[in-house]
Amino acid sequence: MTRLALIAAALLASAAPLTAQTVAIVNGTVALGDGSEPIQGGTVVVRDGRVLAAGANVAVPGGAEVIDASGKWVTPGIVAGFSRLGLAEVDLGAEGSDDTETRNSPFGAALDVAPAINPMASTIAVSRADGVTRAVVAPVAGRSIFAGQGAVIDTGADMEAVVKSRVFQFVEMGEGGAERAGGSRASTFALFRNALREAAQLGRNVGPLTVGGDTPDARTRPVVQNPNESRLYTTDVRRGDDVLLNRFDAAALVPVLRGNQLLLVHVERARDILNVLDLKREFPNLKLALVGVTEGWLVADRIAQSGVWVIASALNDLPASFEMLGATQSNVGRMRNAGVKVAIGMIDDNDTRYVRNQRQYAGNLVALTKVPGASGVSWSEAFAMISSRPAEAVGLGREIGSLAAGRRGDVVIWSGDPLDLASAAEAVWIDGVRQPLDNHQTKLRDRYRSLDRQTLPEAYRK
Amino acid sequence: MHGLASKRVAGAVIAAAALAACIPQAKPKPGAIRINENPYPSTYRAYPGAVTVIRNATILDGEGGRIEAGTVVLADGKVQAVGGADIAAPAGAYEIDAAGRYVTPGIIDVHSHLGDYPSPGTASHSDGNEATSPARPEVWAEHSVWPQDPGFSRALANGGVTSLQILPGSANLFGGRSVTLKNVPARTMQGMKFPGAPYGLKMACGENPKRVYGGKGQMPATRMGNIAYVRQTWAKAQEYRRKWRKYETAGGEIPARDLAMDTLRGVLDGKILIHNHCYRADEMAIMIDVAKEFGYKIASFQHGVEAYKVADLMRENGICGALWADWYGFKMESYDAINENIAFVHNAGACAIVHSDDPNGIQRLNQEAAKAMAAGRRAGINISEEVAWTWLSANPARSLGIFDQTGSLKPGKMADVVLWNGNPFSAYTRPERVWIDGTLLYDAANPRLRPVSDFELGQPGEGDVK
Repeated sequence: MTRLALIAAALLASAAPLTAQTVAIVNGTVALGDGSEPIQGGTVVVRDGRVLAAGANVAVPGGAEVIDASGKWVTPGIVAGFSRLGLAEVDLGAEGSDDTETRNSPFGAALDVAPAINPMASTIAVSRADGVTRAVVAPVAGRSIFAGQGAVIDTGADMEAVVKSRVFQFVEMGEGGAERAGGSRASTFALFRNALREAAQLGRNVGPLTVGGDTPDARTRPVVQNPNESRLYTTDVRRGDDVLLNRFDAAALVPVLRGNQLLLVHVERARDILNVLDLKREFPNLKLALVGVTEGWLVADRIAQSGVWVIASALNDLPASFEMLGATQSNVGRMRNAGVKVAIGMIDDNDTRYVRNQRQYAGNLVALTKVPGASGVSWSEAFAMISSRPAEAVGLGREIGSLAAGRRGDVVIWSGDPLDLASAAEAVWIDGVRQPLDNHQTKLRDRYRSLDRQTLPEAYRK
Repeated sequence: MHGLASKRVAGAVIAAAALAACIPQAKPKPGAIRINENPYPSTYRAYPGAVTVIRNATILDGEGGRIEAGTVVLADGKVQAVGGADIAAPAGAYEIDAAGRYVTPGIIDVHSHLGDYPSPGTASHSDGNEATSPARPEVWAEHSVWPQDPGFSRALANGGVTSLQILPGSANLFGGRSVTLKNVPARTMQGMKFPGAPYGLKMACGENPKRVYGGKGQMPATRMGNIAYVRQTWAKAQEYRRKWRKYETAGGEIPARDLAMDTLRGVLDGKILIHNHCYRADEMAIMIDVAKEFGYKIASFQHGVEAYKVADLMRENGICGALWADWYGFKMESYDAINENIAFVHNAGACAIVHSDDPNGIQRLNQEAAKAMAAGRRAGINISEEVAWTWLSANPARSLGIFDQTGSLKPGKMADVVLWNGNPFSAYTRPERVWIDGTLLYDAANPRLRPVSDFELGQPGEGDVK
């Protein structure tokens, strides 16, 4: 655990006795989120902020608040597989509310989204009201192909949104990367190689990098714990002559080079996917996951062979760009059939505020199982793709995304099948804490239920 | 500009002379020259379709009617009959047992940019905003339509969309004329053009025009600038209309032709329908007053994210709201979106429409309606499936002025029909077959009945299910 995460955990722990109840939700249709079939008449027990047990024949502990979920569905919270949740309030024409992109920053890889996330953003409250409890949040690449370091957040109604910061480095290596690297994919790869070489060189020259202060222990650690707080310790300040990266960006890539930090790569075209997978030959320690991957089905066997995770756009079916000519809604199903590990995310498409539509998209992937010639996924797998699979893809599968014992207590009671458009989240817990579901939108709804003139203006209706 | 206008006038004169050619040497009478209002006529012709009977379906007729175990008969491109099990099949009809499935009228999207902003979305394909002056009523969206946009086939096969209005973009206060298309692939725009559909004119409120032109340091840079520019433009249109009316009734000098003013005159004459991009309640109220000031009618507010705040005004003024189910927050004027918008507008007695404005959203309009219906129900407004379908067919058709021809399953109407493989308000349901004018143009079970645009030939995944 990083220091920030430890502090966050400590804060949560100190708050926990006040708010995290022991709750037993009984008689619901329980989907564990791990790809297994839903369980009729199941029970979910959450205690001390964690899942105690879930499934059939689970005993209700004494003293638990018992909630009858007859006729309802009970699942882990939805995990947004790739998003910009909490980074922007309004995208366009609302200066100051948008921290997604850093077009004018001198930094790339060194950027860390954690301090930019606003737990009070309306987008978080709206997503929470629809059963989204966790999100993978990535920065948007600015001038560099390296967008910076993403976080995993929760959508709880408190000030501690960041579950884990610097979970991954995000890099653009398709059309978007080419544009930022100088105009072509060739320049992207040259830039990438150079960046990792500078990281390697920096690692050699300056020795271990440390967190904050200068304790000897910290200095001997081989991993940059937090490049944003790092100080570079060395008596030898030399770097190579052809330095392109600034020191912070180079330092931020050291853990990527060493495989201590996941490298999330946005890539769409089939050949681009292979080029990225080939990087492992050159940089064997890289820990890769792919994002987007519209043409993944064309090289599904190779992706499966590599064992890397894919966080895919669910339904891309238009040749929206020349790197997506092979787009088809069957992409996810075909990759899955070939053995690729797939999660669903919203990539460069409404990724700030429409993560709640992941469950609609998952339902649509199920619909494809009935279309001749198409490849869909089963209900259980579709639901896993928006719960446990994204968590696993970013290395947090043991913490969030399913109702296995010991996972964080993120639970949603739905009015019905969560992939059904008519269903809504009726109750949401995050870390075992029951969450408020009202927000800007629900309050507007209540204010304008009636347009009849009343004794005072609408502004007095709260 | 002047030279072009002169040429157009000359063209009109020649056209008029040609019309009168049966009387040799005859000169047009004073005031007799008319502007050709349909210089790019539809060449759409329905393809031959089989006589088809669909039985045992749950039928939503698009006007609010529902029939269980119903029968629909399609022949000669028209809906011949809609009713119960007792309807007899014409001789030699192809019969489909649709037990467990739904039949609806084809979906009509009143807000699409397919063809104008096609896929792939490259700069060389970007033909949807003539952002060179705040008022460009002279441009016609149809002249930008690329019929090979692969998006048309996705809207057909995944969305059950049988007709759609292509609007120019919203950079301008007056964005230009819209065109309504049948979603049947053709080599030319004219080959897709909906026969007899009236033209629309796209207008825009709010952020977009002021951002685009304010950003260039010109008017409008503010909302008040927007309205001033709009009013001044309508004032010019009134003058233009007066000149032509005078000429047409009393003769004299032929007024100079102005393509922009032709469009606005068409609006003032009630021949061209206004589709007004507006988000905020206060701005919609202002646009209603502008319309009254200059004597035209607004057919629809497009986007209308705050329509729920002025649904009573929309009802009183007979204005449809073409709305999203749940888009929100992407700009300040969409910040007050609520999921109940469509249901609230409907509940207030105004005409509600689900629209897409998106090449992906157009493939899921049935699902968007489902979300809106569900949100309404949770808010205590009980909307039935058959009524919710009016948001996808009858109401859009009315707002486009084509309801006499399509938009519901009534005998004599175009046989624009979708057979869904389940309840179309479910995320698990897909179109199984789609007919346009009685011709089967998509069949999920038949790979040959899947349009492939020229652009997609020889590309990865050609002819795939997509």
